[in-house]
Amino acid sequence: MHRFQLSQQMIVSVIFVLLFAGLSLLLPGFANTENLLTLLQNVAILGILGLGMAVIVIGRGVDLSMIASLAIPVALTLQLADAGHSTALAIIAGLALSALFGAANGWLIAYAEVPPLFVTLASGLFLAGLGQAFLFSTEAVVWPEPLQFLSAIGRGRLAGIPNSIWIFALVAVAVHAFLSRLTAGVFTYSMGDNPMAARLAGIPVRIMVIVQYVSSALIATLAGFVMAASVGSMSTRIYNSTWIYDVILVVVLGGIGLSGGRGSVTNVLIGTLLIGTLLNGLTILDVSFPVQNLIKGFVLLAAIMADTVLNPRNEETAQQGDI
Amino acid sequence: MRNSLRILAMGVALLALPGVTVAKGIKEPLRDGYYQALKGKKVAFLPGAMAMDLAIGWLAGLKSELEPQGVEIVVRDPNFNIQAGAQALTQLIAEKPDVIVVHNPDVTTYAKLIKQAEANGILIVQINMASLQKSTAYVGVDWVEMGAVQARHVVEACKGKSGKIAIVQGDLTAAASAYTMSGIESVLAENPDIKVVSNQSASWQSDKAKSITQTVLKQNPDLCGIIGFWDNMDRGTAAAVDEAGLSDQVYVATSGGGETKAACDMVKSGAYDLNVVYSVPNQGANLASTIKYLLSAGVKPGEISGQMYTTLTPVTAANAGDEGICWTMKQ
Repeated sequence: MHRFQLSQQMIVSVIFVLLFAGLSLLLPGFANTENLLTLLQNVAILGILGLGMAVIVIGRGVDLSMIASLAIPVALTLQLADAGHSTALAIIAGLALSALFGAANGWLIAYAEVPPLFVTLASGLFLAGLGQAFLFSTEAVVWPEPLQFLSAIGRGRLAGIPNSIWIFALVAVAVHAFLSRLTAGVFTYSMGDNPMAARLAGIPVRIMVIVQYVSSALIATLAGFVMAASVGSMSTRIYNSTWIYDVILVVVLGGIGLSGGRGSVTNVLIGTLLIGTLLNGLTILDVSFPVQNLIKGFVLLAAIMADTVLNPRNEETAQQGDI
Repeated sequence: MRNSLRILAMGVALLALPGVTVAKGIKEPLRDGYYQALKGKKVAFLPGAMAMDLAIGWLAGLKSELEPQGVEIVVRDPNFNIQAGAQALTQLIAEKPDVIVVHNPDVTTYAKLIKQAEANGILIVQINMASLQKSTAYVGVDWVEMGAVQARHVVEACKGKSGKIAIVQGDLTAAASAYTMSGIESVLAENPDIKVVSNQSASWQSDKAKSITQTVLKQNPDLCGIIGFWDNMDRGTAAAVDEAGLSDQVYVATSGGGETKAACDMVKSGAYDLNVVYSVPNQGANLASTIKYLLSAGVKPGEISGQMYTTLTPVTAANAGDEGICWTMKQ
């Protein structure tokens, strides 16, 4: 079992190191501190989302509604603050919507026992639709003047490092602490490994599911605040983009199996770094967009194929619920 | 003398006649036909998404101009989903409205459907982003000119500087990207000292635009200009320039529908140096006028094909504060 996990992570690490070394050698301007900070800053939001998704996937779930949680609560906060409500009320309203939404996801999965794939697919559509149809008149909600004090979460630097990277680091530390130091983290792994056994062992599986989905929704909303502060507006159109696939890509590429029970924050970091390096290098090379997609797809396929060759699936390694 | 007296007398007599006879107008030959032609007609509006300042402005124009004359307006909102848009158009063809106003997400997806609609007797008016398939009318921006205007400004701003510029495109296959690019290329061909160091697509997304611009600025700190393809997306472009502390050095040009928050406010704040604006309220009015003309003239699909290009207004710090340059969305 241990060998499987290590190898998966190793393959991606090797690809990352090769890519990084190659770009450093061949691409002038790649391996300097400023560019590497930009690289990290560009994937910080993706990384934060990946961390939220990791908790869910380790607990054998999936949260396809993360981009809705990223966009709608933040846009609500921006709109309320812009309309003259107190900033505290605006922020609380956004966070409350996010937490409530996560709890609803968790409840449907844990108590109504609907598979998470369907619940979050539908609930994401619902929340995005609610926002786009009733809450906001346009897709882009501008970061308003009263919230300027908060814009530091997406802009500016602390000790020479862009603030969004700090936030990514903080979330990484928090998620790591949750998974490896708290009892709830141990519960999450055991649920992912075998939900029935976890339940028989007396783990409050249903409550844990709700906790996990509330946390992923709140982490997504935090990522949304960073993003909105960074570009000066929140575009609810982002829900219609392919962001959620990129989040899953980061998690899976990093080596967290979709069947649950395995993986850690390190996996997300490696996945994020690989994607970041790839995107940064391709942008510097000024490779056209279709070719970028081609290369992204090729790297993903290569990682998956290498994993399949090195770790063939058999009855012993396969789990119930494997995709 | 006698004659003139008679004329005078006649004049007095005429004046003395009851006013009714004078006020009785002659029959206006146009209006009956016009109102009959418009009343009960159905116009369908298929934008890329209703959640765009552009679509809101166009629909407002259609409603205020056409509804009072008894034209019914229906909206299909695919919400940025191209497949949903194609489905909505297919459905509309079956419903047979008299006119469909189509906002093409790219130059090919709706092409066959547009042809099919016109073959089925539905007038197709394309708004702002044209398909490769011509139809009865196109109302909107001349994107080639748009690219040329932006490029000329950036070339001017780059005089005496590095000559390095970056381009941030939208979806590559959208009319607003593909044709703008050819306009830019034509200007750059005459200015060999300008070098495009990056030409990337941000798919109309501000976060992608920011990432790309950040990376490009790190590689080319002496960049002198950026041409972005839509102001809603280029918030990200401008944020990257601002964060790099290069607002004074890098000339940021973009374009958009002239909504106050997206256009004039951003130019005033210094985020954009130039926003080439196509007035959306004017486009809405043009759209409605075109439909009024087509319906009242009884034009059948395929008989004619014409264009109504929107006037482009370059908005810079000099005129961003002027009355009437931008418009404000009603909440």
